[in-house]
Amino acid sequence: MNYPIIAAGFLAIASTAVAQEKPVLTVMTYDSFVSEWGPGPAIEKAFEKVCICDLKFVAAGDGAALLARLRLEGVRTEADVVLGLDTNLTTAAAATGLFGLHGRDEAAFDLPVTWDDPMFLPYDWGYFAFVYDKTKLADVPKDFAELAASDLKIVIQDPRSSTPGLGLLLWVEAAYGDKAPEIWAGLADNVLTVTKGWSEAYGLFLEGEADMALSYTTSPAYHLIAEEDDSKVAAAFTEGHYLQIEVAAKIASSDQQELADQFLDFMISDKFQGIIPTTNWMYPANTPSGGLPKGFETLITPETALIYPANEAVEARDRALKTWLDALSQ
Amino acid sequence: MARRAQPIGLWPGIVAAVLVLGLTFGTLGAVAWRAEDVSRLGPADWAAIRFTLTQALLSATISVALAIPLARALARRQFAGRSILVTLLGAPFILPVIVAVLGLLAVFGRNGLVSTVLGWVGLEPVQIYGLHGVVLAHVFFNLPLATRLLLQGWLSIPAERFRLAASLGFTPGDILRRLEVPMLRAMVPGAFLVIFLICTTSFAVALTLGGGPRATTVELAIYQAFRFEFDLSKAAQLAMIQFTIGGLAAALAFRLAIPSGIGVGLDRPRQVWGVSTGPLRVQDTAIITVASLFLIAPLSMIVLRGLPGLFDLPIQVIEATVRSAIVALCSAALTLLLAVPLAILINSSKGRRGAVVEAIGTLSIAASPLVVGTGLFILLFPLVNPVALALPITALVNAVMALPFALRAITPAHRQIEADFGRLAGSLGLTGWARLRLLILPRLRRPLGFAAGLSAALSMGDLGVIALFADPDAATLPLQLYRLMAAYRMQDAAAAALLLLICSLTLFWLFDHGGRLNADA
Repeated sequence: MNYPIIAAGFLAIASTAVAQEKPVLTVMTYDSFVSEWGPGPAIEKAFEKVCICDLKFVAAGDGAALLARLRLEGVRTEADVVLGLDTNLTTAAAATGLFGLHGRDEAAFDLPVTWDDPMFLPYDWGYFAFVYDKTKLADVPKDFAELAASDLKIVIQDPRSSTPGLGLLLWVEAAYGDKAPEIWAGLADNVLTVTKGWSEAYGLFLEGEADMALSYTTSPAYHLIAEEDDSKVAAAFTEGHYLQIEVAAKIASSDQQELADQFLDFMISDKFQGIIPTTNWMYPANTPSGGLPKGFETLITPETALIYPANEAVEARDRALKTWLDALSQ
Repeated sequence: MARRAQPIGLWPGIVAAVLVLGLTFGTLGAVAWRAEDVSRLGPADWAAIRFTLTQALLSATISVALAIPLARALARRQFAGRSILVTLLGAPFILPVIVAVLGLLAVFGRNGLVSTVLGWVGLEPVQIYGLHGVVLAHVFFNLPLATRLLLQGWLSIPAERFRLAASLGFTPGDILRRLEVPMLRAMVPGAFLVIFLICTTSFAVALTLGGGPRATTVELAIYQAFRFEFDLSKAAQLAMIQFTIGGLAAALAFRLAIPSGIGVGLDRPRQVWGVSTGPLRVQDTAIITVASLFLIAPLSMIVLRGLPGLFDLPIQVIEATVRSAIVALCSAALTLLLAVPLAILINSSKGRRGAVVEAIGTLSIAASPLVVGTGLFILLFPLVNPVALALPITALVNAVMALPFALRAITPAHRQIEADFGRLAGSLGLTGWARLRLLILPRLRRPLGFAAGLSAALSMGDLGVIALFADPDAATLPLQLYRLMAAYRMQDAAAAALLLLICSLTLFWLFDHGGRLNADA
């Protein structure tokens, strides 16, 4: 009576044997990308349909953990493509010498800024923003100064362990420059607490522990589209909002250069880009021909996009971290 | 020292000790070896070290100080639900950090139960964020653990001693002085040490409840060195500082600990005389009630939150649960395989050598999970694909992480067995496997069950090493929980947290209860 199980076992072995004949493209990315609720599974299916290959994901924490892992692995990495770094990390990533040029200098993107990095290609982007519940908060601050003057409580992420946390530091630094320490001094009593990662902060906010949480302007889209809840809104700040652009690049030493190229083309194509908005909850780098999903039109669009060029981000980062630590360690 | 033939071979204990050293100092060495240049610790790092010490000292002192009356009350009272309460005592300690923090804040947060009740009577909400918040959270995590460890101590006092005390007309004060204080001298330093060490490696709890970068611990500084600066040299130095703090604390604790030498009993069921008087009864009841409320309120919030989504969790979460349960069982088995030989080695080594082995066995809690994971990655990467080994490594690392608790429970019990029955067993020529099977293991059942249960439960909820090695297709339950949160699915995540709580507690209960059958603990 065990025959069907044994037969199924053989079938499984046989099908892996067939799969192994196909070339394997290994894409290293961050953990939430590959989860069942992220873009990974749909992207794997769609790409395998066109590539006659086996797309394999390898995952590591978040963008910064990804880069650390890559540095540990060095040239022996099995990754062919790395997807999920952001512009704050690309300078350090380029300095490892592991990445090759993408050769798609003509590609145009729907980004708030022009893109001319020869090594890294963007696949999605978003603005950092404070998200609040409009049924609970009426007096919404319009900039950091108003937020600092208010008695609202915010939850933010630690820049040392979280990408959005670092984004906030660079946001204040880019908007205020020399005045950033004053802004942080004013914000210190508004910071309810600092969490290790985005999930903890957003979770605390949803539990009603804080009035606002640092997240993205696209966060309300999740509640609207997936939960039909329009109470969550991102506060528009007049200084502008800091941009996060997520990018991918080829590993120069990969033996799957052609497949990697094919993947990068696929990444900026309609199919991939159409999956991004409702799985990664970010803006696609190329608006797909069908447009953005219904609900995205309700999101705020900042008038000014703030971002440090990749080569200035490292210096700004160290300066901003010092400012932040000084202000909040009082 | 003259060499005597040991009744049981010591080499398995030596192998276990070497394995622990490899996973702690070995991984640290690997990280240091990969460091490109040597960097110096800055003032921020020293501030982190100071904060770590302060909060760990406070947390461990308060946890143990509160655990003493609680364990005593539990040891001398029988009441309906006592067994469930003792099992629930294992719960906070094994919860994933994020779940426990959300549970705690649901009670003590700005929008929590306590603040809401205070609001009704027109009072300000409680201000939880700060050093006191960190300590509160650590007491929530560790008071139950300390209580369980000390409860083992109370239960190790033979029933005959209490009966004798009663027939001699001992007052509770006499019992305290003659029976309980000697036992506490033996047990408290060890319990204090493990909790102190757990608190030194705290990171997310300390940061979230500490309310900001003031609450930067060494572990967070390691995190910063690793991912922000990719400064492996600094990460290794900070990890070494963690070990040094741990080592100094261990040396102190072992110096203070005095074996109780309370002697052998006849294993009669426990029965306590002379404590049914009014004031003592009221005191014990009050202590148990307050402690239960403190521990159970946050757990109840986790249950309430998770219940609505529990029965329609995505299939991937169920698969992950099965995976985690298998890892947990392997981890429990490995813990015992390591702990029993180590306990034998500790008790067979004379003087300082035993203390050194015990310190090695305790090292793992002073280890930074990030450094252990990174070190393992560096060591394994040239040989095999570390991702393919994610689950076995999780089981092994958790087994080693649970080892200090296992040793705390097993070593004194084994010492007692050898003291009480060693000569008899020796005269019967009971050695090797037969001695283990007939004498030691049956009598170690209670601590073995506790150790296995703790290891299984800890491993079920672990997110330390797996986060670095994660295989996208073989996620564990805690990893799925985080993935659900990262995908905004807080409701599903709450349900997954409840599932995790149920699984961890069930595993803990199965082992712990198995070990306590007929033991009336």
